[in-house]
Amino acid sequence: MAVATFGESVKRTEDPRLITGRGKYVDDVRLTGMAHLAFVRSTYGHANIKSIKTSAARNAPGVIAVFTGADLQEELGGLPVGWMLPDLKQPPHPPLAYETVRYLGDAVAVIVADSAYQANDAVELVEVDYEVLPAVVNGEEATKDGAPQLHEEAPNNIGFDWEVGGGDYAEAIKDPDVIVVKERIVNQRLIPNSMETRGVVADYDVGKGNITLYTSTQIPHLVKLLFSLVTGWPEQKVRVIAPDVGGGFGSKLYLYAEEVVAGIVARQVKRPVKWIESRSEAYVSTAHGRDHICDAEIAGKKDGEIIGIKVDLYANLGAYLSTFAPLIPTYLFGLMLGGVYKMPNIDCKVHGVFTNTTPVDAYRGAGRPEAAYLVERMVSRFAQEIGRDPIVVRRKNMLQAHKNGREVTTGVMYDSGDYKGNLNKALEIFDYKQFRADQRAARRDGKLLGVGIATYIEICGMAPSAVASSLGAGAGLWESSNVRVHPTGKATIYIGTSPHGQGHETTMAQLVSSELGIPIEDIEVLHGDTDQGQFGTGTFGSRSLAVGGAALFNSLQKVKAKTHRLASHLLEADPKFVTFSNGTFAVEDIADKTLTIQEVAGQAYAAANLPDGMEPGLEEVSFFDPQNFAWPNGTHICVVEIEQDTGKVEVQRYVAVDDFGNVLNPMIVDGMTHGGVAQGIGQALSEQAVYTDDGQLLSGSLMDYALPSADMFPMMELDRTVSPSPSNPIGVKGAGEAGTIAASPAVMNAVVDALAHLGVKHMDMPATSEKVWRAIQDAKEAQRAARATARAAK
Amino acid sequence: MVTSNFEYFAPTSVDEATSLLSKYRGEAKVLAGGHSLIPMMKLRLAEPGILVDIGQIEGLSYVRKEEDGVAIGSMTTYREMATSSVIQSNYPLLADASARVADLQVRNRGTIGGSLAHSDPAGDIPAVVLAIGGSVVARTRRSKREINIDRFQVDLLTTALRDNEIITEIKLPGLASGTGTAYSKFHQPASHYAITGVAAVITISGETCTDARIAVTGAGDKATRARRTERILKGKELTPPVIRRAASRAAAEIGDALNEDIHASAEYREHLTRIHAGYAIDQAVAAAG
Ligand SMILES: Cc1cc2nc3c(=O)[nH]c(=O)nc-3n(C[C@H](O)[C@H](O)[C@H](O)COP(=O)(O)OP(=O)(O)OC[C@H]3O[C@@H](n4cnc5c(N)ncnc54)[C@H](O)[C@@H]3O)c2cc1C
Repeated sequence: MAVATFGESVKRTEDPRLITGRGKYVDDVRLTGMAHLAFVRSTYGHANIKSIKTSAARNAPGVIAVFTGADLQEELGGLPVGWMLPDLKQPPHPPLAYETVRYLGDAVAVIVADSAYQANDAVELVEVDYEVLPAVVNGEEATKDGAPQLHEEAPNNIGFDWEVGGGDYAEAIKDPDVIVVKERIVNQRLIPNSMETRGVVADYDVGKGNITLYTSTQIPHLVKLLFSLVTGWPEQKVRVIAPDVGGGFGSKLYLYAEEVVAGIVARQVKRPVKWIESRSEAYVSTAHGRDHICDAEIAGKKDGEIIGIKVDLYANLGAYLSTFAPLIPTYLFGLMLGGVYKMPNIDCKVHGVFTNTTPVDAYRGAGRPEAAYLVERMVSRFAQEIGRDPIVVRRKNMLQAHKNGREVTTGVMYDSGDYKGNLNKALEIFDYKQFRADQRAARRDGKLLGVGIATYIEICGMAPSAVASSLGAGAGLWESSNVRVHPTGKATIYIGTSPHGQGHETTMAQLVSSELGIPIEDIEVLHGDTDQGQFGTGTFGSRSLAVGGAALFNSLQKVKAKTHRLASHLLEADPKFVTFSNGTFAVEDIADKTLTIQEVAGQAYAAANLPDGMEPGLEEVSFFDPQNFAWPNGTHICVVEIEQDTGKVEVQRYVAVDDFGNVLNPMIVDGMTHGGVAQGIGQALSEQAVYTDDGQLLSGSLMDYALPSADMFPMMELDRTVSPSPSNPIGVKGAGEAGTIAASPAVMNAVVDALAHLGVKHMDMPATSEKVWRAIQDAKEAQRAARATARAAK
Repeated sequence: MVTSNFEYFAPTSVDEATSLLSKYRGEAKVLAGGHSLIPMMKLRLAEPGILVDIGQIEGLSYVRKEEDGVAIGSMTTYREMATSSVIQSNYPLLADASARVADLQVRNRGTIGGSLAHSDPAGDIPAVVLAIGGSVVARTRRSKREINIDRFQVDLLTTALRDNEIITEIKLPGLASGTGTAYSKFHQPASHYAITGVAAVITISGETCTDARIAVTGAGDKATRARRTERILKGKELTPPVIRRAASRAAAEIGDALNEDIHASAEYREHLTRIHAGYAIDQAVAAAG
């Protein structure tokens, strides 16, 4: 390897370690004297705890201690909410429930034992006497009169009512030429399934009173801060380490009950303790995603002009507020309802509702997939209603290209984009006319083909802290970096974000290499240990490069400035005439006067000949807070074929044209897009969390929760447009979520298109084979009935 | 996911294994490939106190051409069956079904004996063996018997096997010339087991179907012969209308016991069973010709 450049597909340097089993995850942490935790969890959706008998468990082999919620009520405090909304109801969220359990999997007690086996054996010996209460799992039902109530603090189970908008939708639809199309749009609940489940090791230093938490998280620094706030543990005595983390998709972006319990229990028993979540536990105890029930309206004119959209949303919050729950269905959803369109009138109301289900929070895309799905489904639905081509309608309403900020109806400022450019490029790859001809021919042969278009824009690169704070953020959303060039000219950097699959070790080193001309193998990237470097915010909202990369870039500029000054001094040349490229300082027009950055670094530490006032050493820190979010956007096109006999949907083609701004590592960005699209296809075709009315989870394992598998995807055809983002100095946007955001509407538009000639206008996700088969049967039945009526009329 | 406590034995002979089963009768479970038993133990749905791992016994893994058919050792894996030329040429549907069970890791471990003994309501092999016919050889410490496959699957996860018996071999009959076979499966999207799977073994002489064995898995609580379908096929020329009529009866035996879950209602399952019976019969007829 050598010096890497910006835009080069550098292979992921972490992969040899990760794919040969040499990664170090939480479960690989083994400490002397370490005990193991197992949680006793509610087997009901809603119940009062009458009593908990723990004596048999306490006396079981290997058991060190058993704690119930009541035992630790004081020490544990309540789990925090990191985003405020006006009049947000915040019912207490005890890490271990002590009076009432409110969802299946709510933890009520914890066992501490010498081995994980003994801890799990003892779980079976704890007798919890429950008084079962009526439960409610549906976000709309929960607000109705007579519905079971979860929290005293939240009458009718409403956690918040929130609204956003622009223009005047009610006034605009008074125009007699306006056609209003209504649809109920449901965005089903999803269960994140990161490859590595959650887990935590808590190591209590009895002598110093320090606690170290090794935890599988996307936000080690915020876990440190929140843990300290919740438990009162002095922050300087808390260290959080996120070692290798095997995926998260947003689900590891909160302070969880088990992290707090592990820390407190370690102090109680004065031994390190470990908890590794089982896959079955993960299904009920790790936050879920989506779960929207929405009445939507789109209004427009016969010629295809769209004049507005109206949304009334019931967002299921689950039983308690997870850390960022209030943010996801509000700002991250409502602000996106204009899509890439002019959309002059927007009226959005959101009701956040408590139900007897696992808490709901961010899941890949977090709010934006729900918005893009709604907007793109409604735009296609509108086109179908007025009998116009969905591409023509989209083109007619699209925003013009812009390079530096465009305020839209919801009041936010899109940064840059060429929306028609994306569409045009996608249509260059995908021959739409030919497809429509093929589709007609296929229908004659009894085959069902459909095409779906979805455009999107999304908000990432979180964020300007002041803006976020004014909207309710409980923490700053800037990012940080530290660049330390060693005396030998090799470098160690510490970044405030930490990866859980994204490849930060490669891309961040690549950025360093391209700026400083240091070979990439000479750069060590540290992350995820709060004692190793400065505070950072974390990895979510596709922000690591757009905010963290920018922070790194700024540190690198400081290093460059210092080395440039020092090199000029050493070369005895006017800095104006000293150039820097490929790691070498040279004096213009003097061939033999050069110094490598390695030599200059050595001199910075030797400190024998520094310019006046220059400090020795070569280490720089930067904190970067952007002026605006970054706004990736694009157009995706999907073709599906539906098997008539069974209703099975197969994705045949998938074209994606995305604008991620400048692209540092195209291979990694393509991989992100592949994975994102795969998850979007999963939501569209197979994934769904299914609860019974009393709060039991029917899709509680990989045997019943249908994650998409590799055979569901065609080779994806990817391309890009590039509108550099003005929000950060490297012009990047974010690529982590875009695929997920665009794919579910693209696929569902294709499914509906394949069935449109039968009279199908909408179908909820997932388009399972049974649902599609039924739609075909119903449509045929309706056609038969219509023919019969026509005959009778004759 | 941690199992409860158990003791583990790894005998090296069938005698030793069957002795352990007798000694710990009621408490002991045979461990073969482990790909049904261990997941259940991890979920604590099965908590056997004793495991008798028969994987160390030599000579239980083979595919042998016999005079009147083929004998398969009970520890033969899916992968071995899928790639065996004897199975490919004698029972193409068994090779094909074995190649489509789960993923490669599972196929490298899972065994024909384990699959039959477990009798998963959605298992592929029980239906395939039922359609081929034959018998299961079971041994105890003292005795050995052959159980006709038609009497082997008894109920949900229940077979005619006694808890001190080990399956050592599966005997399959030679198929008459003019026989075509096929297995057609509709996957459950999460587990990739069969929502329905239909195995067809059809013999055609001249224009007439002289024999037909059709078996269905996934739809009910165990693999089941579709005898009404077979009766419609037998003695007839298999024109498309005959096949359609026969296929439409494929779930008739299952009747009210049709499974229903979040992946398929009973009605849809029945429909899929008919559709896949049609596919399997079509393919078997084509292969016979
Ligand atoms: C991810 C995954 C996907 C799967 N998908 C499918 C699928 O699509 N289709 C399918 O059919 N199966 C599937 N399976 C199940 C797999 O086929 C199992 O391997 C098989 O059902 C059991 O065989 P085994 O050798 O693993 O048996 P084990 O799990 O070892 O044993 C199963 C049962 O049979 C008993 N047993 C085993 N061998 C004998 C013997 N010789 N004598 C007496 N009793 C015995 C055991 O005591 C136990 O009760 C899947 C499994 C997994 C893990």
